[in-house]
Amino acid sequence: MTDLTLGKSPAVDRAKVLRGLQDYGVYAGVAVLLLFNVVFTDHFVSAENFRTQAVQVAPVLIVALGMALAIGSEGIDLSVGSVMALSTSLLSLYLGYGPWIALLVVLVGGAVIGFANGALIAFVGVQPIVATLALMVGVRGLALVLLPQLKSVRDPAMGSLGAEDILGVPYLVLIAAGLAVVVAFLVRRTTFGRQLLAVGDSRPAAQLAGLPVRRILIIVYVASGILAAIAGFLATARLSASDPTSLGNLMELSAITAVVVGGTPLTGGRIRIGGTVAGAVLIQLLTATLIKHDLPPSWTQIAQAVVIVLAVYAARERGRR
Amino acid sequence: MPAKPVEEPTGPTRGERLSALAQQHGALVALVVLAAVASLSFDSFATSANLEPMAMSATFLAVIALGMTFVIITGGIDLSVGSVFVLGGVLAAWGSQYGTLVALLLPLVVCGLIGLVHGLLIARTGLAPFIVTLAGMLAARGIMLSITDEGATTYLVDKDAYLAQLGQGKLLGFGVPIWITVALFAAGAVVLRRTRFGQNVYAVGGNEDAAALMGAPVARTKIKVYVLSALLAGLAGILNAAWLTSGVTILGYGLELEAIAAVVIGGTLLSGGLGFVSGSLVGVLLLKVIQNIINQIGTLDSAYQQVVSGGFLVLVIIAQTWLGRRRKVF
Repeated sequence: MTDLTLGKSPAVDRAKVLRGLQDYGVYAGVAVLLLFNVVFTDHFVSAENFRTQAVQVAPVLIVALGMALAIGSEGIDLSVGSVMALSTSLLSLYLGYGPWIALLVVLVGGAVIGFANGALIAFVGVQPIVATLALMVGVRGLALVLLPQLKSVRDPAMGSLGAEDILGVPYLVLIAAGLAVVVAFLVRRTTFGRQLLAVGDSRPAAQLAGLPVRRILIIVYVASGILAAIAGFLATARLSASDPTSLGNLMELSAITAVVVGGTPLTGGRIRIGGTVAGAVLIQLLTATLIKHDLPPSWTQIAQAVVIVLAVYAARERGRR
Repeated sequence: MPAKPVEEPTGPTRGERLSALAQQHGALVALVVLAAVASLSFDSFATSANLEPMAMSATFLAVIALGMTFVIITGGIDLSVGSVFVLGGVLAAWGSQYGTLVALLLPLVVCGLIGLVHGLLIARTGLAPFIVTLAGMLAARGIMLSITDEGATTYLVDKDAYLAQLGQGKLLGFGVPIWITVALFAAGAVVLRRTRFGQNVYAVGGNEDAAALMGAPVARTKIKVYVLSALLAGLAGILNAAWLTSGVTILGYGLELEAIAAVVIGGTLLSGGLGFVSGSLVGVLLLKVIQNIINQIGTLDSAYQQVVSGGFLVLVIIAQTWLGRRRKVF
């Protein structure tokens, strides 16, 4: 390892600072960006703006929740964007039977893709990045085979799901928050959560300890698939259109960024759902801030790249401990 | 003294030797079979009017896959190649107004620097290649967008410039980029098999700790492969811009995945330590032949192409994992 070439151990103070950065940096980042916007951005503090930002972040967050599970198991799920595309295609095809049937088909679709990912990883022993990469390519194609072009979605139930709210909180945000609570509970308070972290920490050790490693991995990827399918369903409701060509493009990158920036190490064994939520919000705020100050979208990408590297650098110090 | 990298373990059984053969040359067998079936099924397949454009469109991916092969053999990955490819093309087209030398050097310098940053971050700070090159992918695309007015400006290459001739010229009936690609692959094979650097690439991918203990320059080798990968991606961009006589800004999405797929299909293990450049060339050709066949069938659109490519990739990696299991523990 590079340990051999580094040789010097970092000073204690620096380590402490970095650890603090990793644990609370993302919240601090959100706070700083909020403060900056409140002071310097016109029309930032308005219910309408908060609503817009929150609705935009909801699908990313839902996908990131599944990604956090996959990364916590020392894996990754690159197929999430394609699963979103598949779910928007399935949604359009089955909406004629009613929104509930369509939702059911969409969830089953996401679960099937997740199961395929999980089976390749758990039973065949393929590296997660390769398995989900293959599915990413194939599933996007499948989505386009099912629905070759953009189709508008005209359904009153879908319309109200995408546009309406309860007491000022949009449905999409409520659903995303609810799912975050469920996943956080799953990770923190259940046997499955503890087993998942054990698998992510060291798969051989988990195997020796007699944990059902394969079943855990399958569940992780099925969950990730289902969450991505839900995100695709909700994104379609918000846009009132099915666009399998572009829906979910680069979503895997946004989700990975949210998870990693939120302090979940890529090396597995640790999942921070609160951090993931804050990470998704941070990226959304960063983009919004740059756009509102008339900086071109290209800057957003560069800024995102810098944030990713800084976050992972901080996480690296923790990983060594 | 590192042993010859892909030498068989001592006393392989017949089964092991067969599985190794299948893993190394399975893609070649598949390519030959597919090409034979295609030329029997479609009269238009084995014509130079079909093969030459197919080879030409394969060159850009092939040049990128060559660099990716080195990176993957060290056990790393480079997700930035699609963005670097586009950036290289745009810089070449922009630079061509100041002469051919600028058009060639500017993209290579910029792309090389991006590769250097990747390499330094990965080798010196121990960050995961996946994340570093992911960030590089965003940054390179961001730089490209910012020099093209958010993708609105397309720089053109003067059709009489040397650069355009490099892309569009023909030699013995084949386009110049095809010859360049063949030469690059020959050089790549020599570098990987016959040089100290090539040995280090295998050693780092085989077992990093052991390589370091044996005195292989682990960090320097890693830095070099990421610079190499970025340089080749930039060069592919230059060739593409020369061929199209413009720096098209909307290309390159998903190219990194295609390149990785080609390398993996070609028998290089993603876990590192094992692989060879000719396999990657075969992998690229295989992907292109599949695409071509699907185009020939006509009734199938490009969506099926993706389904077939994805399905094929799944089959290949299942086969590879099973065949490779005996030789390499993940």
